[in-house]
Amino acid sequence: MTYPASLVAIGGSAGSLQVILTLLDTINAGFSIPVLLVLHRDPQGESRLEELLSFRSHLVVKEVEDKDIVERGHLYLCPADYHVLIEDDGSFSLDYSEKEHFSRPSIDLAFRAAADVYKEKLVGILLSGANADGAAGLRYIKERKGTTVVQQPADALVRYMPDQALQQSSADFILTGAELTHFLQRLYYVSP
Amino acid sequence: MEPTKTIFLSDEDIELLINDMAVTYGYDFSDYSKASFKRRIERLLMIDHLSSFAELRYRILHDESYFQHVVEEISVTVTEMLRDPGFYRILRDTVVPLLATYPFIKVWHAGCATGEEVYSMAILLQEAGLLHKTLLYATDMNPAALAKARSGIFPLSQMQQYSKNYVASGGTRDFSSYYTASYHLAQFDPALSEKMIFATHNLVTDFSFNSFQLILCRNVLIYFNKKLQDRVLSLFDESLEANGFLALGTKESIRFSSVAPKYKQIAGKEKLWKKVK
Repeated sequence: MTYPASLVAIGGSAGSLQVILTLLDTINAGFSIPVLLVLHRDPQGESRLEELLSFRSHLVVKEVEDKDIVERGHLYLCPADYHVLIEDDGSFSLDYSEKEHFSRPSIDLAFRAAADVYKEKLVGILLSGANADGAAGLRYIKERKGTTVVQQPADALVRYMPDQALQQSSADFILTGAELTHFLQRLYYVSP
Repeated sequence: MEPTKTIFLSDEDIELLINDMAVTYGYDFSDYSKASFKRRIERLLMIDHLSSFAELRYRILHDESYFQHVVEEISVTVTEMLRDPGFYRILRDTVVPLLATYPFIKVWHAGCATGEEVYSMAILLQEAGLLHKTLLYATDMNPAALAKARSGIFPLSQMQQYSKNYVASGGTRDFSSYYTASYHLAQFDPALSEKMIFATHNLVTDFSFNSFQLILCRNVLIYFNKKLQDRVLSLFDESLEANGFLALGTKESIRFSSVAPKYKQIAGKEKLWKKVK
């Protein structure tokens, strides 16, 4: 079975980076669906995350700037200390308003904004983390007929975030980090 | 924990609301970034404990004071002093020495919210010995935020972070010498605010009102769509003297705007441009 997608939105917090790096290492070169990465990051640290991800990925890694257009073959990284939203025309809008779940970027906000635009063509993936952010956003995606994936709690370094997600809604897929690569390779790109 | 009960709005709801506010009060939010505008309204429903979108609409239409409150809540006032120290370091090392050559310096903080960045700038100018010959115009559409800015009183709990930002931006004094702490508040030195002029100004509808050598508008354009960004950048262009400087937020850009060819970015990744044409 294969699944259509215009965007894959991945949320994660503590313990999610390793999963993402493995994913980037193993995903095949033909994969070109745009990916939005919403990670809780330290707003103070001079982050090398963009470089680190670039090094590991054949996708073009870009930290989102305001009004960037979502493009195929790109992996977008939410900048530290900004919320990332998506407009109907497929451009990103940044937002520096109040934190949600003590987080900016907030996974909930990014998931909701992406679901408003992409609806059933959005795939939302929630990984390891010690925070409830993302759970409500994943439910929102599901209510709009998007596809939802939660990292198997037992497989997550910190299972709180996946547990919260599964408490709030049933996910379409509950996968280990290793299974995620195969899952992504079963997606095919459709225009929004 | 119980999941927060949030009312989510449709595109049609947002259009209705924007139309109501334009027709009834003459405020035009139609060129705001829709995704973040929607978030502001959904947040408003939650903090005001409204039970439905219809209730919100009714209150806005029938109660002007409530509408003013809505305007204040739509405007994002989250800000901090010396945010992005790397930016302030460039400002301090590169822009301030050039401002020094003018007999009289005029700076505009557009969309200053509660004013933390205006005080940051005043500190830089005072340390360069330039504050006495400067006027800092600070404008925002939100009068409640401006009142806070005017007071120069900020939460004491923030000072540790601001002090770190100050050191990282190249500050060499004791940051605490700029404020007096009392209980949970920090009152900034009135000498800093002496040269500040606060006024309401709406970037959507108001015009250029003076000329400046430096305009700062950081993390305001992100709430606007490209069309409105272009209008505002043209407004800044009209208001900026030749060889003047324009400063935006770290993730903002002038590249989509019609004024872009007249500007040259002065320092690597920091969002500081010089008007060269």
